[in-house]
Amino acid sequence: MTDASMTPATAPKKKSSLLVQDARTRQRNAAETRFRMFGMAAIGVGLLFLVFLFTSILRSGLPAFTQTVVEIEFTMTQEQFDTAESKMLKTGEYQKIFVNALTEQLDASGLDVAFDGKAIERIVGKPGGTIRSFFLENPDRIGTPVSFELAASSRVDGYMNGRITRDTLVDSRFLMAADLDLVDALEDAGIVKGAFNWNFITGTDSGVDNPGGAGLGASVIGSFFMMLVVLFLSLPIGVAASIYLEEFAPKNRWTDLIEVNISNLAAVPSIVFGILGLAVFIQFAGFPQSAPLVGGLVLTLMTLPTIIISTRASLAAVPPSIRDAALGVGASKMQSVFHHVLPLAMPGILTGTIIGLAQALGETAPLLLIGMVGFVAREYPETFLGGLTDANSAMPAQIYTWASRADPGFYEKAWGGIIILLLFLITMNAIAVLLRRRFERRW
Amino acid sequence: MPFTWLVLILITIATVGFITGRNRALRSAGGDSRDLHSLPVYYGSNVAMWAIVPAAIVLIIWMLAQPFFVNSRVLGTLPDTMVSEGSSIGLVMSDVRRVADGLDTAVEQAAMTREEAASISTETSDVRELLGEVGVALGSNVSPEVLQGAQLYRALNATSSTIMTVVVLLIALGGAAYSYSRSNAQFRARNTVERGILALLIAAASVAILTTIGILFALLFNTIEFFKLYPAADFFFGTNWAPSFSGRGGASDLGVLPLLWGTFYISFIALLVAVPIGLFSAIYLSEYAGPKVRGIAKPLIEILAGIPTIVYGLFALLTVGPLLASMIGKDTLGWMQGGTAVMTAGLVMGIMLIPFVSSLSDDIINAVPQAMRDGSYGLGATKSETIRQVILPAALPGIVGAILLAASRAIGETMIVVLGAGAAARLSLNPFEAMTTITAKIVSQLTGDADFASPEALVAFALGMTLFVLTLGLNVFALYIVRKYREQYD
Repeated sequence: MTDASMTPATAPKKKSSLLVQDARTRQRNAAETRFRMFGMAAIGVGLLFLVFLFTSILRSGLPAFTQTVVEIEFTMTQEQFDTAESKMLKTGEYQKIFVNALTEQLDASGLDVAFDGKAIERIVGKPGGTIRSFFLENPDRIGTPVSFELAASSRVDGYMNGRITRDTLVDSRFLMAADLDLVDALEDAGIVKGAFNWNFITGTDSGVDNPGGAGLGASVIGSFFMMLVVLFLSLPIGVAASIYLEEFAPKNRWTDLIEVNISNLAAVPSIVFGILGLAVFIQFAGFPQSAPLVGGLVLTLMTLPTIIISTRASLAAVPPSIRDAALGVGASKMQSVFHHVLPLAMPGILTGTIIGLAQALGETAPLLLIGMVGFVAREYPETFLGGLTDANSAMPAQIYTWASRADPGFYEKAWGGIIILLLFLITMNAIAVLLRRRFERRW
Repeated sequence: MPFTWLVLILITIATVGFITGRNRALRSAGGDSRDLHSLPVYYGSNVAMWAIVPAAIVLIIWMLAQPFFVNSRVLGTLPDTMVSEGSSIGLVMSDVRRVADGLDTAVEQAAMTREEAASISTETSDVRELLGEVGVALGSNVSPEVLQGAQLYRALNATSSTIMTVVVLLIALGGAAYSYSRSNAQFRARNTVERGILALLIAAASVAILTTIGILFALLFNTIEFFKLYPAADFFFGTNWAPSFSGRGGASDLGVLPLLWGTFYISFIALLVAVPIGLFSAIYLSEYAGPKVRGIAKPLIEILAGIPTIVYGLFALLTVGPLLASMIGKDTLGWMQGGTAVMTAGLVMGIMLIPFVSSLSDDIINAVPQAMRDGSYGLGATKSETIRQVILPAALPGIVGAILLAASRAIGETMIVVLGAGAAARLSLNPFEAMTTITAKIVSQLTGDADFASPEALVAFALGMTLFVLTLGLNVFALYIVRKYREQYD
């Protein structure tokens, strides 16, 4: 049997050509192509995730920027005003006038839908109060046509945005399926339409049952004050620490200890910084809960390693000849650093600082622990100092609060908040990139 | 005297010191700055530095020490019976402080005079009602002991503040006078000022150490407190996590194992997503891609790293969770009960970690010297063979280090698991079930209304300690591997 395994001497010699690949080469080349494909697929999958993430943010978040309004123009006569004011239920009287005006406009546009005051209430809330207070404040507008823009209820808003459809709508005291016919008719008549929701950007947080009125404005201010604290603490401390470590530190135990500490702090989970803030700043030092000052302090400690690492890199990038030249003309070591090295390293330091700030702006976990989440940011701080110490929310904390509320109307707001947050981050990063492009020097 | 005034006076002393010091030095050199040892500005700075720095150090130390001193003095006067009756020392002290603050507010609003506030007693007036009128609500009637404590508290604080102001101002003036007297042409002002600046730089660098100490103390003290209330063995080896919500009850089961399991399971799935994708993109970008593709794809992938975790959390909760549930959930295969599951959180966390793995591996692969590639090509290996048999083995320690760093990032991640993983702690192998992690439970135990002295709240610190030790261990181990097995090519 051993003979059979041996190559028969009579077998023709295999033809080998450079032009025709043999089986093994083909196999190796196939493996090569496969491997390359894996790499491309990996990049493709990564980019796909990116696209998926951004489309879902944009698709779900953009509706938060529009608000369905009911726009109606009508003339209030002096007579109507006087009668309404003489009645017991004044706002109810105004509502009747409003409903009449609405009916007239619908009739004028040739649409015929039956509705009552209750249906109007479900669509725009109780408009009577708004109308009354307007005419009480502007009595001179009585008798002239006035155009009112009233915000529609959050469910009507959801219907217009496609969040609620006729199939998913369950009849309730908030909205009936029959009301949707009216909404459609009003839309055809141009009375119900979408408008840009300024309140979302400038407004403050609303209660848990009013997603339509929720705005991000107060928490943007909260974030702003936090970033102010971070900037004014972490930039000087970070730069001073980097200058010491890069230019002056002797090689000894203390320096090693500092370096090990900095690299470890960079890897400590952010929630641990939250625990630090809670235990040290709030419980031990007695700072107020939910204050942007405490948030800023915690985020400062978190950002310091980032700023120190990038500052050291840009200090190290300044060539030694600059230092030598300064020392050569009689500057002291300290003068050479502060007069020559530091200004040259400044663009890099600023870039690193902005990127560190952008990181801090999006950080959420530590803010949960220092009480920025349970707080409903209903008003703007009144004074500058109040902005630091009064309880407030911050952008990411506000987004989390909205995401954890029961009413799905808030989810849209959370996505919208994310768009604003990302816009801030993109702007900051763009500034950092521009700074780097504009001022970066290659030695 | 209010604190801001004190600071303003200090700054004024320093400014005046700066100008006079500078002028004195110039005068001693006959108005010719070339005869001075240092530039005139250094003489001024020297005086300003001596005026502010020692005074500021004393001020800070005093303000930190004052509460301790006052508290211990006030506690000493309170009868022992009170402390043992009313649950804890802390509660009695906070009562005292609240009454004292209330009296301060009352004086501020001119509801009573300073003397009245100092001499008020429970026998002649209803303190609770009085303070209620100025907007300070008290939970219970004020006992005479607490009121006396509060008055002592106020008196001590006032005396201490007065002494502090005097001492600080004296030190500032003394420092300024001392350095002013030394401002003459021979004095080496620059060297002194530079030594001072160096000390400031060292102090700034030591903030990192202070932070670490702060973290350790915050975790350690509360963890020890927790283990006094709850047996450590039950915490580390308990397989059941069921905190009671009623607060004080001893019925809570606080075993860490289900949380550890959830943490590791989610991190494992995240790494399963991130490591292959991240590694292969790093290989492609560094070995195959031309500069154009690299210039576009690399920053695009790194965008994923710049997105805040709250965005990923929301993405998990509102997009990926419902999507998975609709694909394999109740209506189709019935594998998932709801949107929040280990799979949801793991998948999204994996996406977050892709750029982390890929940019670290990219650096490491690029550090393998070109000569090794050339040698391999010269022997006839294809590109993929070179990568698999030469580059990857050479880069392996670094890549393992990168994966360990990514694992530590995954273990410490909070927002994605808080929003995407669910809240139920269980030991299960099914990746489509909701589980929870250490970080998520830290958040839920510390954001409720629970009393900080209860084991239900204190357990969060023990969890934080576990997390800190875990991630620190992983990081140190990763750095050790990278250092120990790194091939030296230079």
